[in-house]
Amino acid sequence: MTTELKPKIAVKNLNFYYGNFHALKNINLDILEGHVTAFIGPSGCGKSTLLRTFNRMYDLYPKLRAEGEINLNGQNILGSGVDLNMLRAKVGMVFQKPTPFPMSIYDNIAFGVKLYESMSKSEMDDRVEWSLKKAALWNEVKDKLRQSGLGLSGGQQQRLCIARAVAVKPEVLLLDEPTSALDPISTAHVEELVHELKKDYTIAIVTHNMQQAARVSDYTAYMYLGELVEVGETDAIFTTPQQKATEDYITGKFG
Amino acid sequence: MLNLYTRRRITNFATLGLSMVAMTFGLFWLLWIMYTLISNGASAISIDLFTKTTPAPGSEGGLANAILGSLQMTIGGTLLGTPIGILAGIYLAEFGSKGWVAPTTRFINDILLSAPSIVIGLFVYGAMVAQMGHFSGWAGIVALAILVIPVVLRTTENMLKLIPTAMREAAYALGCPQWKMTLFITLRAAKSGVITGILLAVARISGETAPLLFTALNNQFYSNLNEPMANLPMVIFQFAMSPFEDWHALAWAGSLLIGLFVLGLNVLARILTRQQGSH
Repeated sequence: MTTELKPKIAVKNLNFYYGNFHALKNINLDILEGHVTAFIGPSGCGKSTLLRTFNRMYDLYPKLRAEGEINLNGQNILGSGVDLNMLRAKVGMVFQKPTPFPMSIYDNIAFGVKLYESMSKSEMDDRVEWSLKKAALWNEVKDKLRQSGLGLSGGQQQRLCIARAVAVKPEVLLLDEPTSALDPISTAHVEELVHELKKDYTIAIVTHNMQQAARVSDYTAYMYLGELVEVGETDAIFTTPQQKATEDYITGKFG
Repeated sequence: MLNLYTRRRITNFATLGLSMVAMTFGLFWLLWIMYTLISNGASAISIDLFTKTTPAPGSEGGLANAILGSLQMTIGGTLLGTPIGILAGIYLAEFGSKGWVAPTTRFINDILLSAPSIVIGLFVYGAMVAQMGHFSGWAGIVALAILVIPVVLRTTENMLKLIPTAMREAAYALGCPQWKMTLFITLRAAKSGVITGILLAVARISGETAPLLFTALNNQFYSNLNEPMANLPMVIFQFAMSPFEDWHALAWAGSLLIGLFVLGLNVLARILTRQQGSH
């Protein structure tokens, strides 16, 4: 790898609280530009919570707060005066369950694009086709773009959601267990997609599936009880983990 | 000592039986009401009913002015009350998670929802009719609108709250501002539920007599909204209380019309709810 390793997101001394519950404890981590970073760990370890701080999704709910720094392109997004909508346009997210909007396949994608870009009909057509191709869904839906997104299968809906997130051309893509509701074939599609997408985007993926982390990521972070136990190149984490706890989890002695 | 399986079968059978009895009981009255309305009212249904105004006793006539008045005031009340109800429902469901305004509004709305309609009629009498010095169709519209608001508000709020949080998060995750999310995502997803609420509100006000008693009153002729206005419920009441046979027949015909209208609205609302479920 000859490209320069630049941190896209730099997390410094991050603490997160659900009311009085201390959910993330002093996290320090770099997410490198143009790479895939996977977060693994048992349920409740805080990996999804961490992911949801990168686009400040937690801001929607009262009593949740984050302390410390998360620098995106060197700028602290936890600071006051951050435009959350602009932040979320730059940091896209795909959720565990598919969430197509109650509109046509075409409009599902155009909706997000129209929020921050104005373009002609033909440019929009191109963008929709481009993003659906990125999400490996184009061939299946190209003849029914005007039909409701709700009529697709679960795996197709999830790829539609990925296309929707990709269409707005974010800098970072957050994937929160994107394949947990999908069958193996759809899962394989999505994993291929992650490989494809990392050329253009920085990707952070939370997964329960260790094989998936090993397959798709360049870096892996193991979390346990709100702490970041170990982070490193995926090959190293899975072959020669430095921490006993990581090794126990990966080899299935625990979790 | 019966074994567990037999006991469960007996419980199941008994519960199912009770449900059937309850259903039959409800259906029995409904069918009886419909039968009475049709057997007494059907004979008076004719073209005259829709073209001629309410007659003096012993002369030819119909219910045209009352039907028109009811339509005008029901439509007016719905047009006036629905936007307020929908907007307030959106506020409670989407924006009112913090502070005291939303819980207070919800509490007051619950009171309004269960307020006797005659109290609302009396209120509009004091606030509008007494000020203007005469009964009017406009006052009737305002009274009906006040009945529409809480029904529409409650259904809008409930339907919006049924939309999964994941849908909202997905919109926010694209950088969507809250107002756009509400207008284009959640309200759209809840559309058929909200429309159902409106239909039920229309069904409720189309048969109301009490709020019109103090506001629109009645009129023997066609009238504009600035004058006292004829309407089906008031005409039914007046004609049914009279000693005249021909007025009785018209009262039955009017009752049948309202009955069919309300039944139709409820069936329509049912169909729409079912569509919402199938998505």
